[in-house]
Amino acid sequence: MILGREARQGLTLISPTMIYALLLLAAPLLTVVTFSFWTQDYLTIDTTLTLNNYREAWTQPIYRILILRSLMVSLVVTLVTVLLAFPIAYYLSFHVTRRKALWLFMITIPFWTSYLLRVFLWKVILGYNGVLNSALTGLGIIDEPLTFLLYNINAVIITLAHAWAPFAILPIFVALEKIDRSLLEAAEDLGDGPVRRFFRVTLPLAMPGVIASILIVLIPTVGDFITPRLVGGTDGLMIANMIQIQFGKANNAPLGAALAVSSMVIVASISLVIYLAGKRFGGKTQ
Amino acid sequence: MRPGHNSKRFSWLTIYAVGYMLFLYAPVILLPLFAFNSSTIIAFPLSGFTTEWFTVLLNNAALGESVENSLIVAVSTAILSTLLGACAARASARYRFPGQRGMIAFIMLPLVLPEIIVAVALLVLLMQLGLSLSLWTVIGGHTLICVPYSIAILSSAFHGLDRSLEEASFDLGETSWGTFKRVTFPLVLPGVISSLLICFTISLDEFIIAFFLTGTDATLPVYIWSQLRFPTKLPSIMALGTILLALSVILLILAEWFRQRSAKRQGVEASAAGGFL
Repeated sequence: MILGREARQGLTLISPTMIYALLLLAAPLLTVVTFSFWTQDYLTIDTTLTLNNYREAWTQPIYRILILRSLMVSLVVTLVTVLLAFPIAYYLSFHVTRRKALWLFMITIPFWTSYLLRVFLWKVILGYNGVLNSALTGLGIIDEPLTFLLYNINAVIITLAHAWAPFAILPIFVALEKIDRSLLEAAEDLGDGPVRRFFRVTLPLAMPGVIASILIVLIPTVGDFITPRLVGGTDGLMIANMIQIQFGKANNAPLGAALAVSSMVIVASISLVIYLAGKRFGGKTQ
Repeated sequence: MRPGHNSKRFSWLTIYAVGYMLFLYAPVILLPLFAFNSSTIIAFPLSGFTTEWFTVLLNNAALGESVENSLIVAVSTAILSTLLGACAARASARYRFPGQRGMIAFIMLPLVLPEIIVAVALLVLLMQLGLSLSLWTVIGGHTLICVPYSIAILSSAFHGLDRSLEEASFDLGETSWGTFKRVTFPLVLPGVISSLLICFTISLDEFIIAFFLTGTDATLPVYIWSQLRFPTKLPSIMALGTILLALSVILLILAEWFRQRSAKRQGVEASAAGGFL
């Protein structure tokens, strides 16, 4: 293939980064997939190809429960995060006229605190003698501290919804900013009320941003193991905790790899469905 | 906007926005509260003011070591990611070549991959190659996840670059290296500094990859993780968190300032979200 001068220069320039990504991303991902077809006996690895790991990952109830729970938690977290984020993005885009950059900056600041400490502090807020319970009992709203707050799935959902908030706000904000304001005026002039105008013009045009934030929140939350470990209790553990255990204490890396690959395939398929559905609803806006 | 046009919804949204900000800041506000609280128990009511937990930090050898490790990792990651990010950002902004979109998309992939997948995949590869874990393996993993952020920041810097300035430099007889050194680099320098600061901050706080890929040398988040199990250590961990928070905020303000300066220098309006997306 003969390439032009510009193409050659471009390829040369991108090659260091591309080679780095091939070596440290493509190669490891391929290895992990290969690994999932092997077996491990203490320290020796048997490289005979087998589907046993996948059989175990897909039939053992414990793994199925963990995968399903992870998906459920991630989907609920995504739904909650995006629903809570949309009004903020809308407010920033349509109602804040000055100092937008400052608002955005203020939104991102809490997320530069150590992630571990943020999760830990939710434990402090939601605990039996925690901030929320002492405030509620202090105000006389409740007599006994609430126990359903910490060490269960609720705590995992609240903590994750907090952790991923800015990642949901920013893409929606950018999409809303791109909307040509004259389209909204046109809808109004043609007799659409505010609600109708929102659902027929604003929301479809903001859809690429909404889809982006759904995917940005959904995919990484499936893989979180700190939050379930610190605030989830035993009923709040997720698949990533199991993957970590397989690579650590259980010393069964091939099974861990099979679990990792399985959950990634499931998440990727769900993401694809969401992406396609969003494209249909939003039309071709980008 | 027409103020007053929908003033009722406006006020509801404002109340919502304030409530939402409270939710976002709830854990962050607690951090300094407990760091200066004299009780050893992390709970309300607060008992009294003390700076004891900060002095405890000063005499902690393991902490000092982990800070040193984290600084080595974060500085190396920042430099490496920004170099690699600059190559890719420049290539995507200035040139057109086959496979461009696919390559950029692949390089940006770590942005949406769960960190545990990146960590586990790198770990398995290292195990297969028989390489031992060290700070270098952490740097390798951190660079992988920081490069996309660097590209995002530097792309806007390179896109805003007026090509005619470089052409003028060539016409005046500069070599391509001379042009880069005297024209291109000074123009994108604020973007470069902003990228260095962001990558440094991300690496300094990253836990999952460091947890899997660190050998015997713990980084700061790995050290914090090991301390969260001991209730007596918690107040000093709160103090440490407060220092880290202050440090991150300062670095971010600097990064944002440099990014806006870069945009201004190029005569482009500083788009508020440009630095993040």
